[in-house]
Amino acid sequence: MSVIQDAILWLNDPLNWTNPDGIISRTVEHLWISAAAVALGCAVAWPLGVWMGHVGRGGPAVVTVTNLSRAVPTIALLTIFPLTVIGFGPPAIILALSLFAIPPLLANAYLGLREVDPEVRDAGRGMGLSGWQLLRKVELPLAVPYLANGFRVAAVQVLATATLAAYVNGGGLGMIISRGFGLGLAAGGGQVLAGGLLVALLCLTVEGLLALAEKALLPKSLRRVRHRPPASAADALPARS
Amino acid sequence: MPSKVNDAVLGWGAPGDDPRNPWFSWSYVSQNADTLLAALREHLYLTIVAVVLATVIAIPLAILAYRVGSLAGPILGFTGVLYTIPSLALFAFLAPFTGIVAPTTVLIGLTMYALLTIVRNTLTALRQVPADVLDSARGMGYGKRAMLWRIELPLALPGIMTGLRIATVSTVALVTVGEMAGWGGLGELIIGGFNSNFYRPQIMTATLLCVALALVLDLVLLAVGRVIMPWTRRRAA
Repeated sequence: MSVIQDAILWLNDPLNWTNPDGIISRTVEHLWISAAAVALGCAVAWPLGVWMGHVGRGGPAVVTVTNLSRAVPTIALLTIFPLTVIGFGPPAIILALSLFAIPPLLANAYLGLREVDPEVRDAGRGMGLSGWQLLRKVELPLAVPYLANGFRVAAVQVLATATLAAYVNGGGLGMIISRGFGLGLAAGGGQVLAGGLLVALLCLTVEGLLALAEKALLPKSLRRVRHRPPASAADALPARS
Repeated sequence: MPSKVNDAVLGWGAPGDDPRNPWFSWSYVSQNADTLLAALREHLYLTIVAVVLATVIAIPLAILAYRVGSLAGPILGFTGVLYTIPSLALFAFLAPFTGIVAPTTVLIGLTMYALLTIVRNTLTALRQVPADVLDSARGMGYGKRAMLWRIELPLALPGIMTGLRIATVSTVALVTVGEMAGWGGLGELIIGGFNSNFYRPQIMTATLLCVALALVLDLVLLAVGRVIMPWTRRRAA
């Protein structure tokens, strides 16, 4: 029997969905761990990025953080964090994942604030807005498309990275793949393929949904900003995990 | 998770908490130099093969997308979708067909991800060649091929090199994920250390070697770029 048939067979077994460590509970686990990591990343990166963009300082730091995040293997952080004071369990995983959400969030927040037309900023100042008012009433609204874009990139990034939690038995959909590999390809090939399919599907679905939400929620006038080509295509590419 | 295990390995904030399991130990490094070097060699091999393969495929692909405008959308779209798929899932797709023992699974996966980075950067770089430069070249009688080799590619080279550097650094980090498919270079030591009683020196040494390898390869490519593109030197300085 071919591996593809095995995978279909595995996906067709209701027990594989409803088991305590079946597809449904693993998906829920995957989603909440990812959501917590993205929320933590936003809580750290957005205020920092917005502030740095507002005062116009720290551009090189943003680039350094992005480059460094590419060089550090996700697996290293996932194995190191549980062995520190954080201890085993979801907090260590969430913290490790949130670190990989920070670069896209930070870079986009900074870029969004920096891309505000200097004339608009001047006009705001001329109207007597204080620094805080300028940030709240002029700069932040104009930076929303960038913040949204950063959020989408970071969310998909974390969702993809969360698969790797399986290497340290940390839960999530990656566990289905790692269990399959553990069985060996003869017995677990179908499960490996099915797990890969589920993970890919989840990531593509969330990416699609967030893109749709971005389109539906952002007013047309703000959306246009995104169609400017980035300085380098690589800027838009997050570190892959 | 069981608190007993937690207690046993807990705490770098508390020095001397378990002297047998420090975060770094020179004796570990010297006693396991052979293992570390073998893993480093495997890591380097996987990275170089993947990046070279990706470059050979990606640059013609990017030129094709640049020349044939109608292909740019599909090529970028397809690469974008591929990029969204997590590496472990990609290995999972490939492993049942390419087998576990061969490095093929890991190499195909790594090549694909590197491909995307290089295609995007090359295409962007080619598109940023100024239109008036192209116009003057055309006016001077350059044909399509001469224009590509003598005008467009040289002017796009800095962007292409940036893409190569990013692809290389990401690939070094990504090789570790290959552990699941049996070929993970230093990743095997990281996970191996975790699985053999949370052996910290091994995890930390392998991690540091991995980051160092990424930085060294990045610097090597930077230096190569400076040598083959002397005109960018002054701008960078």
